[in-house]
Amino acid sequence: MIGLEHYLVVAAALFVTGVFGIFLNRKNVIIILMSIELILLAVNINLVSFSVYLQDLVGQVFAMFVLTVAAAEAAIGLAILVCFFRNRKSISVDDVSLLKG
Amino acid sequence: MFPSDLTTILPELVLASYGLAALMWAVFSNTQKTGTALVWLTSIFLVGLSLWIGLATTGTKQAFGGAFVDDGFSRFAKVVIALSSAVVLLLSRDYLDRERILKFEFPILVVFAVLGMMIMVSAHGLMVLYMGIELQSLSLYVLAAFHRNHSKSTEAGLKYFVLGALSSGLLLYGASLTYGFSGTTLMSGISEAISDGETSVGLLFGLAFLIVGLAFKVSAAPFHMWAPDVYEGAPTPVTLFLATAPKVAAMILFARLLLEAFGPVADDWQLIVGGIAFVSMFLGSIAAIGQIDIKRLMAYSSIAHMGYALMGIASGTEKGFQAMLIYMVIYTIMNLGTFAFILSMRKGGRPVSDIYSLGMYSKQAPVQAFSLLLLMFSLAGIVPLIGFFAKLYVFLAVIEVGMYWLALGGAIASVIGAYYYLRLVYFMYFGEEGESLDDNMTRTSQITLVLSGVFVIVGVANLFGIIDISQAATGMLFN
Repeated sequence: MIGLEHYLVVAAALFVTGVFGIFLNRKNVIIILMSIELILLAVNINLVSFSVYLQDLVGQVFAMFVLTVAAAEAAIGLAILVCFFRNRKSISVDDVSLLKG
Repeated sequence: MFPSDLTTILPELVLASYGLAALMWAVFSNTQKTGTALVWLTSIFLVGLSLWIGLATTGTKQAFGGAFVDDGFSRFAKVVIALSSAVVLLLSRDYLDRERILKFEFPILVVFAVLGMMIMVSAHGLMVLYMGIELQSLSLYVLAAFHRNHSKSTEAGLKYFVLGALSSGLLLYGASLTYGFSGTTLMSGISEAISDGETSVGLLFGLAFLIVGLAFKVSAAPFHMWAPDVYEGAPTPVTLFLATAPKVAAMILFARLLLEAFGPVADDWQLIVGGIAFVSMFLGSIAAIGQIDIKRLMAYSSIAHMGYALMGIASGTEKGFQAMLIYMVIYTIMNLGTFAFILSMRKGGRPVSDIYSLGMYSKQAPVQAFSLLLLMFSLAGIVPLIGFFAKLYVFLAVIEVGMYWLALGGAIASVIGAYYYLRLVYFMYFGEEGESLDDNMTRTSQITLVLSGVFVIVGVANLFGIIDISQAATGMLFN
């Protein structure tokens, strides 16, 4: 029988993958955007499984809001990335390095 | 029930309608003058809105089943946010015009960021909290990359976006755990769930993630790494905006979440927040010493100041929260004054930001230099000025609850921090005379700079009544 814990473990695994994807990836900014989506999806799995477990609809409503915001966030991220590409002719993470203290 | 919900969020509705109407108008009548006109119109509108919020409403009202609250604490923050954003807009106009980026999108994005902040400070449930933060952050990401033909600005926008999205993700993960282990997203419900049963590990994990996410948003160490880069790369008006209103909003949200949702486990978060405050104060003070870019320096300065403000929250008492409010108001005014000067730093028509260009500025413009000197002394917390009293209040609040280590750390950090503020003053009065800065300060910047200089001296008398107002505001939160 698959219970709440299994869903939470999957979500936690996705979340950790997403966080590591942001920090370990040295290649491409698009991969960072994908990692951000992974994090948000992990949260959604959490919310929906809690919602079913608690017999409470709020979690699913929350998940809807998160999906909407994730779409807006991806749009803005890509827009900024396009501007960045126009200036630098690259979207490699190593090239995001003009600003250093 | 529904009509009363709408009257409670009327200020937000009006602001949202204004933003959308302004956007439509600007799109259909896009001329050279649209940007300038909208900057003026928006700042007048924001001043009017803050007067309305500050004077017309009283009491505590909840809307949408308790997910949104309109009380003295949030109204105080909304007035500060709207007024400071109006000043930011007025100060920005000239800079944007010279850089040829005075587009109508700028005031409109500021309006939506302000709307997000107003929702943040009124959030009484995790869902509203998240929506408010995202509305504010998404507007700010775009603003940071506003100078879109400029490599540094787009890079700042990209960095801010990646780290901001990561912090939103962490915050959201915390929110989902909190929802799962307490069974509700309302702050009042979470606090009931905590005081009913024993606190579960899941809930504490949720709390930890929420704190990390919010610490990112207020740029407190060790989650500050985005701040210096974004401050340096973003266009200076945007840096000014980032340093003022969003900090106030995030700090208020931080305070409300910890108190109203996690009040029963105050012992657990007091130490975490105290630790974050401690690290921020020292990191901000020490790392700023080697900086030669004044915008980067102000970023470290704001990290240190967030540490002091967080001290007020760490105390967990009414007095501490009041001290935090006062600190944020004073911090905002000092930053507006300082940035009014930084915005006008130019050489041969090009903006500069290295601190050596301040050399012997006092000879060139004695009044401005003296105002800046007062602001620097006040930011450092030197005795007769208002910045000292801001720090004194938070120190007293933490001493009252017996966190002596925090107060002692704060005192030591402010001594270290004084070095780099005084170094700026040294350059202005005794530095090497090189190519001098252009004499092009606008009237608005001059007035803001001199007025905030006057504020840091005269304000000492009674802080212009902020004490009573902030006391009333925090009183409503605690009762």
